[in-house]
Amino acid sequence: MLEVINVHKTFDAGTVNEKKALDGINLKIEEGEFVTVIGGNGAGKSTLLNAIAGVWPVDEGTITIDGIDVTGIPDYKRAAYIGRVFQDPRTGTASALGIDENLALAARRGHSRRLVWGISSKQRAAFKERVAELNLGLEDRITTKVGVLSGGQRQAITLLMATLQKPKLLLLDEHTAALDPKTAATVLDTTEKIVNRDHLTTLMITHNMHDAIVHGNRLIMMNNGDIILDIKGEDKKKLTVKDLLQEFEKASGEEFANDKAILS
Amino acid sequence: MGAIGEYLSSLSFVGLLSRLPAGVAQGLVWALMALGVYITFRILDIADLSVDGTFSTGGAVTAVLIVAGVPPIVAVLVAFVCGILAGMITGLLHTRLGIPAILAGILTQYALYSINLAIMGFKANTAISADKFNLIVSGRDVNVAIIVSVCFVAVIIALLYWFFGTERGMSIRSTGCNPQMSKAQGININLNKVVGLALSNGLVALSGCLFAQYSGYADVNSGRGAIVIGLAAVIIGEVLGDAILGKRMNFLFRMIFIAIGAIIYYMIYTIVLWLKMDPNMMKLFTAVIVAICLAVPYLKNARKSSFHRAGKNSAGGKKNA
Ligand SMILES: Nc1ncnc2c1ncn2[C@@H]1O[C@H](COP(=O)(O)OP(=O)(O)OP(=O)(O)O)[C@@H](O)[C@H]1O
Ligand SMILES: [Mg+2]
Repeated sequence: MLEVINVHKTFDAGTVNEKKALDGINLKIEEGEFVTVIGGNGAGKSTLLNAIAGVWPVDEGTITIDGIDVTGIPDYKRAAYIGRVFQDPRTGTASALGIDENLALAARRGHSRRLVWGISSKQRAAFKERVAELNLGLEDRITTKVGVLSGGQRQAITLLMATLQKPKLLLLDEHTAALDPKTAATVLDTTEKIVNRDHLTTLMITHNMHDAIVHGNRLIMMNNGDIILDIKGEDKKKLTVKDLLQEFEKASGEEFANDKAILS
Repeated sequence: MGAIGEYLSSLSFVGLLSRLPAGVAQGLVWALMALGVYITFRILDIADLSVDGTFSTGGAVTAVLIVAGVPPIVAVLVAFVCGILAGMITGLLHTRLGIPAILAGILTQYALYSINLAIMGFKANTAISADKFNLIVSGRDVNVAIIVSVCFVAVIIALLYWFFGTERGMSIRSTGCNPQMSKAQGININLNKVVGLALSNGLVALSGCLFAQYSGYADVNSGRGAIVIGLAAVIIGEVLGDAILGKRMNFLFRMIFIAIGAIIYYMIYTIVLWLKMDPNMMKLFTAVIVAICLAVPYLKNARKSSFHRAGKNSAGGKKNA
């Protein structure tokens, strides 16, 4: 479904801030795989997702989605294939627009924006049903401006927007990191449900090693802009946080410096 | 004492009443301009300064066409299209060439000064007398002018309400509100910014076109400071609307109140003239009002969470301890 072939990305090349964020990375993901991504700060996890989403052009390499070479396509056009949820709950929704309007925008992702009325009453009813599945009681406030919702509610709406039309690829970048533990667990639960129900091919970055092990059917670890560990199937089910820490030290020759990941 | 008494007795209340309808008519003409400013300033979150030039462009094109014998209604359409083109230039300077929006607007405005002069054959103004031409609105007949401009404003508000409810219009609203989210939803934000700027400037040129007909001449300087007047109308309308409607304030009411804001602005202007104040001071007055209104939300917020307050609370805590 997704193929990342020898992708390089260097930020601020030729300056003192030069940073090689992706160093010839290769990754192939099959349809229906749910991949969790871990790695230290600055390992290049977000950069990998941004490269796939087309936030900026890569320096070298090829990215294909479902056999389509998207390397030369800007983000807003790639959005036809990709659903995204960001770390900051404010990023994924338009706060001045209603829940229904945000969903209506998502419902046209990958299609042209026509000069026809944006939401029909039939559509609004359908949105209500989808929102009800989130179990947040938001279905009765479908025209409420998203800006007044809590972070967790906004993140749930963003998730719904990303998956309203089945995307070829779902990209989640620490989408529960800004939420309190309880809300984070709820949103993660919803994620799991939607991904399983629609068999979505998913990449999910997390700093929580436990989450990375429990969720998904494949795990990759990144360091210095490359993948240093790739575990799937039965091997993944048997993983423990301790194994991961050991693997990280072995592969990178450094200690995993992230208390949050170790403690959880 | 005598001087003040003389001044007061020189003010005729009947005189004010007789002037107010003209203020309403002018306010309605400028309401179109205010709606244009609303599109960029509030919906797109861009402070577009090209409007000062586009307003004059609307007037210049109208005057020249009408003098050349073109029916005024056709002149209205051509003025609208010229405004759209000017807005597109600003949009392209911004999105294609990476020039900051404010600067792009200033560049367009600056260039339009020469272009507007060129349109009028390098004269600073062009007369279109209501005696000679069958104008759509004219200061000669204020009542008709009010009726006609109410129709214009109503139709434009209805069209804008429809447009911003369509799929395209909704995507323009999200572009201004959250560009990153918009891109993630497959929206071409650069295209939307150009469309929004074009539409806005189209309305501003339309306003300039009606204003030239109303005044009986087009002037290359007529748009100077138009952005501030537009902002004043938007702000007066929003403050008033929020006060009256509170939570029930929706997009339609907002636009209606902006139009009312423009009318109120011109009523104030009329009163200022009636009080025999120097009209040249009106710009200072307007700027102060707009600055205050723009600052109020910030100051309100700052009052809720300020270092000064935190310091006071902290000192209070010490006393209590
Ligand atoms: N837009 C950018 N401009 C300049 N440098 C960048 C940019 N984006 C990322 N980088 C740099 O690239 C490197 C990789 O960053 P990235 O955000 O991918 O890390 P990450 O693995 O997501 O880390 P974290 O866990 O902290 O989110 C970092 O050194 C970062 O500073
Ligand atoms: Mg990151």
